[in-house]
Amino acid sequence: MTRFLYKQRFLLARRVVQVLLMTAYFGANAYGWQIVVGNFSSARYFGLIPLSDPYATLQSFFAGAVIATDMLMGVAVVLFFYAIIGGRFFCSWVCPVNMITDGAAWLREKLHLDERSSGPVLSRHIRYWIIALSLLLSYLFSVAAFEMISPIAITHRGIIFGFGFGWVFLVAIFLFDLFSQRHGWCGHLCPLGGFNAIVGKYSIIKVVHDKDRCINAQACLKACPEEQVLDMVGKESRPVTQIECVKCGRCVEACDSQALSFSIVSIAEQMRGRA
Amino acid sequence: MNETDEPERRHFLLKMVNALGYGAFGAIAWSAYLSQAQANKLVLRPPGALNEKDFVSTCIRCGMCVEACPYDALELATISDQISIGTPYFTPRVQACQMCPDIPCASICPSKSLDLDLLRVDDELSIDNARMGLATINTETCLAYLGLQCTMCIRACPLADTAIVLTNERNPRTDMHAFLKPVVDPDFCTGCGMCERACPTEIASIHVLPLSVSSGDVGSHYIVGWEEDDEKRINQRSGDVILDRTKRNQKSALDNVNDVDGILKGLYDD
Repeated sequence: MTRFLYKQRFLLARRVVQVLLMTAYFGANAYGWQIVVGNFSSARYFGLIPLSDPYATLQSFFAGAVIATDMLMGVAVVLFFYAIIGGRFFCSWVCPVNMITDGAAWLREKLHLDERSSGPVLSRHIRYWIIALSLLLSYLFSVAAFEMISPIAITHRGIIFGFGFGWVFLVAIFLFDLFSQRHGWCGHLCPLGGFNAIVGKYSIIKVVHDKDRCINAQACLKACPEEQVLDMVGKESRPVTQIECVKCGRCVEACDSQALSFSIVSIAEQMRGRA
Repeated sequence: MNETDEPERRHFLLKMVNALGYGAFGAIAWSAYLSQAQANKLVLRPPGALNEKDFVSTCIRCGMCVEACPYDALELATISDQISIGTPYFTPRVQACQMCPDIPCASICPSKSLDLDLLRVDDELSIDNARMGLATINTETCLAYLGLQCTMCIRACPLADTAIVLTNERNPRTDMHAFLKPVVDPDFCTGCGMCERACPTEIASIHVLPLSVSSGDVGSHYIVGWEEDDEKRINQRSGDVILDRTKRNQKSALDNVNDVDGILKGLYDD
């Protein structure tokens, strides 16, 4: 049992963080708790620290909005954290949609759908095209385009303020991830994940691979939702340099020979590693 | 051209066209949704809101105003509400704006889509400067206009005798009673909706509508006679209508007068 828990240690920690954060936001609206007010689009912690989603704010800017100082400060705080610890920490440790898509991936695995299906294989770069498209549409329609359809926003707003008919978006994503494309939403389409990935390019917390310990079990690649970032496994000892790593720690858990670990890698080292 | 290149090139082109097709499909579906998702003109926003178009583009949809409202009057629109998703609104019949003097909703707004500056007149911040909408009365169903002494709306109005005033009128039906008719003064009505909430008719007979719908605009085609100020009003509206006088044609006017045959023909036709 302890071994099972140990093998899931990051997964459990992530679920705890996700649920606790959502509870704090929910409690603010339902019971008037004063830890945090707002939602993941914009929030204020302890009545003091502003947080604002940089991607949503950028869309607002493209929509022609005058961005208020409070928003800019919130964006600065978030960008600072994303740049240091990595933007896609949000995806695996905070975003509530992660639980839905992980659930779909788990079920897909259990049903052996990957071996059976012959659906289309989407490009992992679609999300960056969607970012470009969202900014264009924001400009054309004078409204933050992705925020109007964002399943992430629909979910956290839904949990805090009520869903309406918005839950169908979540069902759609679940079914898409389950039957159509493995890790389809988070790993291919979600522009918020793409944006956060770009922001966290030189973040100092990275998964580091030790080739000397690697026994080529491929367990990490099977566990990873963005398996292309583990291109160095079994080949060279270096940190993950590709920006799409969500830092979920599934590969670290999966590896029985401790060939992967979280580590702090300075920006200078990252530059050297890439050369 | 090398023969063996052909399949690869074809494959590449096919992939490009494929991607373009999917992209266009996505962009069109997305655009279609965006174009209809922001079309609602009948939504009431919290105090200090920018005009609807700017509000929809500026609001970050965080819901802090909803949480700040001590009366739970505000709600965030969901996808079912036919209001720009995630934006705050209130429904007077459910809960009206209670006009808190400290304006907690607009004070906490991080994006300034609820702008305290819009609630300032002569540097004085007051909720009474809010213009969330304008109450309009259906005189066919209003009990007071039917002859009952109702006064529910004016009693509920936070600016009673200013935003809603009662007028006395003879009731010709009975010839011995008076109408006590409520009349809304657009210069003072804040659109809080307390009158609408209080109205005892089955469907409210006094109804708050957003200013873009309920307030009229004379425009520059009409002018109040013998009123110098109104002429100024038109001069101030520079640019929106340019008076374009048709040049008179003196010759055709003279020809018309001198056209004896034509005039006679007209007479005979009659």
